[in-house]
Amino acid sequence: MRKAAHSIALTVNDVPVTVAPGTTVAAAILIAGAPTRKSVTGEPRGPLCGMGICFECRATIDGIAHRRSCQILCAQDMKVRTG
Amino acid sequence: MSAAWDVVVAGAGIVGAACALECVSRGLKTAVVECAGIGGGATAAGMGHIVVMDDSPAQMALTHYSQTLWRELSRRLPANVEYEQCGTLWVASDEEELQEVHRKSELYATAGVPTEILDRQSLAEAEPNLRPSLMGALLVPSDAVLYPPCAAGFLIAEALRLGAQLYTPRKILSAAARKAVLDDGTELLAAHIVIASGVDSTQLLPQLPIRKRKGHLAITDRYPGFVRHQLVELGYLKSAHSSTTDSVAFNVQPRTTGQILIGSSRQYNAESSEVNHKILAAMIERAQSYLPEVGGLSTIRVWTGFRAATPDKLPLIGPWPEDQSLILATGHEGLGITTSLGTARLLADSICGANTEISIEPYLPGRFARLEAHA
Amino acid sequence: MRERFDILVVGVGPAGIAAALSAVEAEQRVGLVDDNPAPGGQIWRSGVSQPAAARSLLAKLDAAPVQRLQGWRVLDSAERGVLRAECENECADLRYGKLILATGARERFLPFPGWTLPNVMGAGGLDAMVRGGLPIAGKRVVVAGTGPLLLAVAAHLARKGAIVVAICEQASLRRLVRLAGHLVKEPAKLLQGIEHSAATFGAKFYTSCWAAAANGREKLETVTLERNGKRWDERCDYLACGYHLIPNLELPVLLGCRIEDGFVTTDDLQRTSVADVFCAGEPTGIGGVELALLEGQIAGLAAAGKIEEAKKLALRRRRSLGFVRALRDATVLDPRLKSLASESTIVCRCEDVAFGALRIHPNWRAAKLHTRCGMGPCQGRICGAATEFLFGWTAVSGESGIRPPVFPARVSSLTTIAWDKKET
Repeated sequence: MRKAAHSIALTVNDVPVTVAPGTTVAAAILIAGAPTRKSVTGEPRGPLCGMGICFECRATIDGIAHRRSCQILCAQDMKVRTG
Repeated sequence: MSAAWDVVVAGAGIVGAACALECVSRGLKTAVVECAGIGGGATAAGMGHIVVMDDSPAQMALTHYSQTLWRELSRRLPANVEYEQCGTLWVASDEEELQEVHRKSELYATAGVPTEILDRQSLAEAEPNLRPSLMGALLVPSDAVLYPPCAAGFLIAEALRLGAQLYTPRKILSAAARKAVLDDGTELLAAHIVIASGVDSTQLLPQLPIRKRKGHLAITDRYPGFVRHQLVELGYLKSAHSSTTDSVAFNVQPRTTGQILIGSSRQYNAESSEVNHKILAAMIERAQSYLPEVGGLSTIRVWTGFRAATPDKLPLIGPWPEDQSLILATGHEGLGITTSLGTARLLADSICGANTEISIEPYLPGRFARLEAHA
Repeated sequence: MRERFDILVVGVGPAGIAAALSAVEAEQRVGLVDDNPAPGGQIWRSGVSQPAAARSLLAKLDAAPVQRLQGWRVLDSAERGVLRAECENECADLRYGKLILATGARERFLPFPGWTLPNVMGAGGLDAMVRGGLPIAGKRVVVAGTGPLLLAVAAHLARKGAIVVAICEQASLRRLVRLAGHLVKEPAKLLQGIEHSAATFGAKFYTSCWAAAANGREKLETVTLERNGKRWDERCDYLACGYHLIPNLELPVLLGCRIEDGFVTTDDLQRTSVADVFCAGEPTGIGGVELALLEGQIAGLAAAGKIEEAKKLALRRRRSLGFVRALRDATVLDPRLKSLASESTIVCRCEDVAFGALRIHPNWRAAKLHTRCGMGPCQGRICGAATEFLFGWTAVSGESGIRPPVFPARVSSLTTIAWDKKET
């Protein structure tokens, strides 16, 4: 396996997280210990399907809301906001 | 098998549901017959606005009257009806429309409907996502929105609680001379049969001057605060309501969930309920021209529905001249939610021989016989 | 970006890859569309444990003169021969001569108390998350549900250092033995092998067993397992729970393809009931990777006009169809799974609609209108399958048709002009 050349630094709710290239934003959110979103009645939720169809992994990424974090790879300096 | 009723209501959409509740509240022995689902027709497809409209004095009277009734009822509505008095902003994009703002303001004032004129800056503050080049707007704070299927559900539940009976899923195959025959052979004998079946009313009375007017809507994911009021372009009445051809108009509504409802479109002679891509695209493009940022929102669903339209844009409320046991409550076009409660009051007053709070004359079905006679 | 293809393939899993490679060999202009950021679909999702066969085909795909649109989701088809699709920044109308639908399958989820807690995921769901960088070494995992996916997932997680506490298959031992009987002549041996493999991971393998509840305050802490009326709790960090696979039918239904018995009807050359539209892989019947590869090849060849070659492969395909039926039998759901949800258990996760609010309605449409179940962004993909099992409702796509967009779309993607921000 080719070793990752560098790691990626991003923030989840202003908390810095460092991940390997190829890591999804959903994984980064879980690594940061946060739920991805709050349900309409306020329950904490995390990813369910892992393949982009359940919409439980939605987070605000770089200012855009409702992005499916399990389908998006982490990028340097990304700002992720959950809940 | 037969049973005797004071009133049998054909259709448990918002209008039928309102009529059923009103009648049973007056002590009338009431039955409702619904062939598919409660609040499932145009009631399910529409925007759920409760809006005062001034296309004609009769329309103004009925919408205003009915809106007041909704406001009185709102205290008792459960949360799932999502009633919210968010108000309407009629937005002006040019001088002509700004004049219209002033004209409307005066007209509403004489009708006793409070309004406020917003200039460009106040409008931008009220709705930051509207394009800044708009000139102003008329705010009607008393307008409201709700979620229609649950509203119809509430009205039916209340009617049942007061002793009305629901036959569902049952279809009325024929209704004439105080007898309604259901698809399972049941015969309901009734002094009055209320036809509140929307576009399906012509199945019971083919002569009804009702045409289907197709509409499209799209709903987005949750974006709380993106839009705070119902937004309508002043061209709405000009282009949408008046035209007999296909048309779209800017009309957007926030739901209490934070989802945005995007409308509206109108087509005659469109029988299929399939989404028409050209019309949908035109509708969306119109919305984008007023709300530039709306393009980036996520749409979850698009659907269509059929409004029941009459030639003069007023509903049919009252006895059918050729068979007075048939009472019409249909043809509400895009104002079914708004005028459902007012329709029910007029209808029940008519049945009970009581004085109506507004004149029922403009809505009587007999007006079309008279028009034909004069033609 | 080229927008006109001889053959357009939707889905870059095994079936789609096989179809594209067959088509391009026949010198067709081929395009591939997939929502995922990388090729492989679900079963070959990127990560260290891709099997050799997968790596080899993916390398071939990389070298092939095909246009791949990864991260693109198909929304609609306004006219024959055109699909509208969008990605993060763009929207385009993709024109095709022939279309191959290889849209794959998704997991079926059944509700039970606590299933909405963070760290309760699908079996494929947790697997996908791990492939996407979720650390799993040293974490305790319970794998539950039904179907061959459970073992595959458990094995992969164990290889990555997870502590697989238990594998709970709802099917009875008898059903599993019947299934195994289709694979080898000595089903008992195969089953034993399975149990041994499970034991190797330190995991207990249970049949007639399911997750009855997930417990925890802010996230998963324990799982309550149930087997033959007996219940016990297992401490764990993740619950990977999925009840086999259901086909992604939305696009086939939108295009008017005939659906029978919950799957897309195709002939021996993978043709659907719609002219110029082919379907390969799981949407025609859940049959696994080998069958998907074969069907993809057949579809690619047939779409490219190589009928004789396609027919030869079709003979091989017929022999595999027995497995599809056997797998279906093995994953029949135990009716006791209908009783797991309590009145307050959420069934529609998008709109937080509970079981108690749903069960009073006579059908899917009434439930949808009055509770808003199925009206969220998943468009009923999760709750539709659940309510179909719980109440027998004919839900989402299939018999009743479907309206566009078949996936949530940017508002601007619904307009006439398909705009392309990227300079080409």
